[in-house]
Amino acid sequence: MAILADSHTRLIVQGITGREGDFHARQMHAYAPIVVGGVTPGKGGTVTDYGVPVFDTVGQAVRETGANASVIYVPAKFAPDAIMEAADAGIQLIVCITEGIPVLDMIRVRAYLDIRGATLLGPNCPGLLTPGQAKIGIIPANIAMPGDVGVVSRSGTLTYEAVHALTQAGLGQSTIVGIGGDPVHGLDFLDVIRMFNDDPQTQRIVMIGEIGGNDEERAAAWVKEHVKKPVVGFIAGRSAPEGRRMGHAGAIIEGSSGTAQAKIEAMRAAGIKVADLPTQIPALLL
Amino acid sequence: MKLHEYQSKQIFARFGVPVPRGILAENATEARNAARELGLPVVIKAQVLVGGRGKAGGVKVAHTMEEVEVLAERILSLTIKGLPVRRVLIDRAADIRGELYLGVTIDRARRRAVLMASSAGGVDIEEVAATTPERIVKVPVDPFIGLPDYLARDVAVSIGLAREHWPKFIHVARGLVKAFVDNDASLAEINPLALVATDGGIGLMALDGKMVIDDNALFRHPDLAVMRDPDEESEAERKARNADLNFVSLDGNIGCLVNGAGLAMATLDIIQHFGGKPANFLDVAGGARADKVATALRIVLADPKVKVVMFNIFGGITRCDEVARGIVQAIEEVRPTVPMVARITGTNKAEGDRILASANLITAESAAEAAQKAVALANAAAA
Repeated sequence: MAILADSHTRLIVQGITGREGDFHARQMHAYAPIVVGGVTPGKGGTVTDYGVPVFDTVGQAVRETGANASVIYVPAKFAPDAIMEAADAGIQLIVCITEGIPVLDMIRVRAYLDIRGATLLGPNCPGLLTPGQAKIGIIPANIAMPGDVGVVSRSGTLTYEAVHALTQAGLGQSTIVGIGGDPVHGLDFLDVIRMFNDDPQTQRIVMIGEIGGNDEERAAAWVKEHVKKPVVGFIAGRSAPEGRRMGHAGAIIEGSSGTAQAKIEAMRAAGIKVADLPTQIPALLL
Repeated sequence: MKLHEYQSKQIFARFGVPVPRGILAENATEARNAARELGLPVVIKAQVLVGGRGKAGGVKVAHTMEEVEVLAERILSLTIKGLPVRRVLIDRAADIRGELYLGVTIDRARRRAVLMASSAGGVDIEEVAATTPERIVKVPVDPFIGLPDYLARDVAVSIGLAREHWPKFIHVARGLVKAFVDNDASLAEINPLALVATDGGIGLMALDGKMVIDDNALFRHPDLAVMRDPDEESEAERKARNADLNFVSLDGNIGCLVNGAGLAMATLDIIQHFGGKPANFLDVAGGARADKVATALRIVLADPKVKVVMFNIFGGITRCDEVARGIVQAIEEVRPTVPMVARITGTNKAEGDRILASANLITAESAAEAAQKAVALANAAAA
């Protein structure tokens, strides 16, 4: 089962001939044969050396390949347009890896997607990985293995660290989902935890949050009411000073809101076990 | 990127928000000339990018030309929260009859810009929000429509503004929202938005102004990008920004180089967990090529407080051996004199460890072990 993507997903890569897109399209294609096409305006009609057809528009790609998911590697200036193009073409799952999109653009894009009913993951995220079935994005597949732990995170390498630790402890993953570090994004913790809660393969959930916003608090409140599966969490940024953006645009403590302490307290109050160090996560799941 | 009060007010004025006549001055003579042109009394306001200027003595009213010179001189000699006052804004003093608060910011949970207003103006709005949240009225800004008149009027009614001021308030609210949107701001704030007596009756006027611009949008606002005050960031932070590195200086003595923002934050937490103090947050970002690692290492070592450097690297798509080669090459180029602890894991870890072992590095198996070693070395150096 898993969530969001599996071996039946039909994926296109927007920006497939760019430097990032080319590199990661090859990796995704090598991992699982779900990549059915790519889009680069002006390069339509060509085929990549690994056998994936390239189209000029997402609309064409969808008509020709029956794609139902897209992953976006185009630069920040063009990414909002790429997301809207995918939604307009009827793509149901849009994963945007691109970092550095202006917040007001994302507000407009989200409003546009909500009208069209498309699901967005990201931007500024590592994408998702259903071990053994589908890789959409940049999560290194060799650190993961199939299993029953659902992982949702706002971070990239910190997630990899946690997944690596899980795998080494013999705990495989159902799906690993990176929701991204921007203030306005698509799926949030609550959305993904809800999916994990409904997914029969997922028996345990790991959530890795960070300072800024209140996504984690809202998810924790929902967990308390609805989730029977064990949930383990970690929050990065306990030592972060107020008002300084810690890399991610969304990782900032503004006044009293968004502190690690508030998030950890909300999670503990919801029965979520919170690890002090990322490497403690596997032990708390057992 | 933060804008100064005078810059914010210039932008507000372009969007139809009334502001006092004001002139920027860098010394007492310029301040006196400004006051002569504006007419007394005037308000002299320190232009520094931190809050709490008033409490620090950075805002004063002058009634005579002598006062203008003395006060301008005094304010220009201040350092407020570590920032030297290089300029003062001389504003014509207003005849204030009431103070409101008006601001636009991003509401992450609602995924909208929101207009916030309060009849409790002129005070710290965070405090109003904490103690009497019912005194703040919020309405969302539609991403496609903007702020319609009726919503601005709703706000005016909700904060109890007298009927005769509604048209002016609607004009100011719409202007502020447009200034926010058109300039890709993440904050646009008027505190206080004052009711002031003018020749034509009571008017609304922005007596203060604050704007923060979304750094990610500066590519389409070259006019704003040049307004950046170099005092806003340290030299190290500026160098890091130019090199495309995420860097924040902190006040400890353990320099950190990490790939990934989340892992970098977690690394600081781990160091603190073991009783150490990180000197910086630094995300070398994806790839971690040798030249980028070398630049990062130089920036970290430029801080004289740094007694030890800790690398915490997760090799994902970029393999550990590549990153390890980058680190070794960077060390050869930079030749640091402080001890270094490296922890590297993930794809091709064994090969990465082997490369690091050939360099003059202390290695660790886990981030916790690396942090403990770094803390011990930092403490030994400080003793």
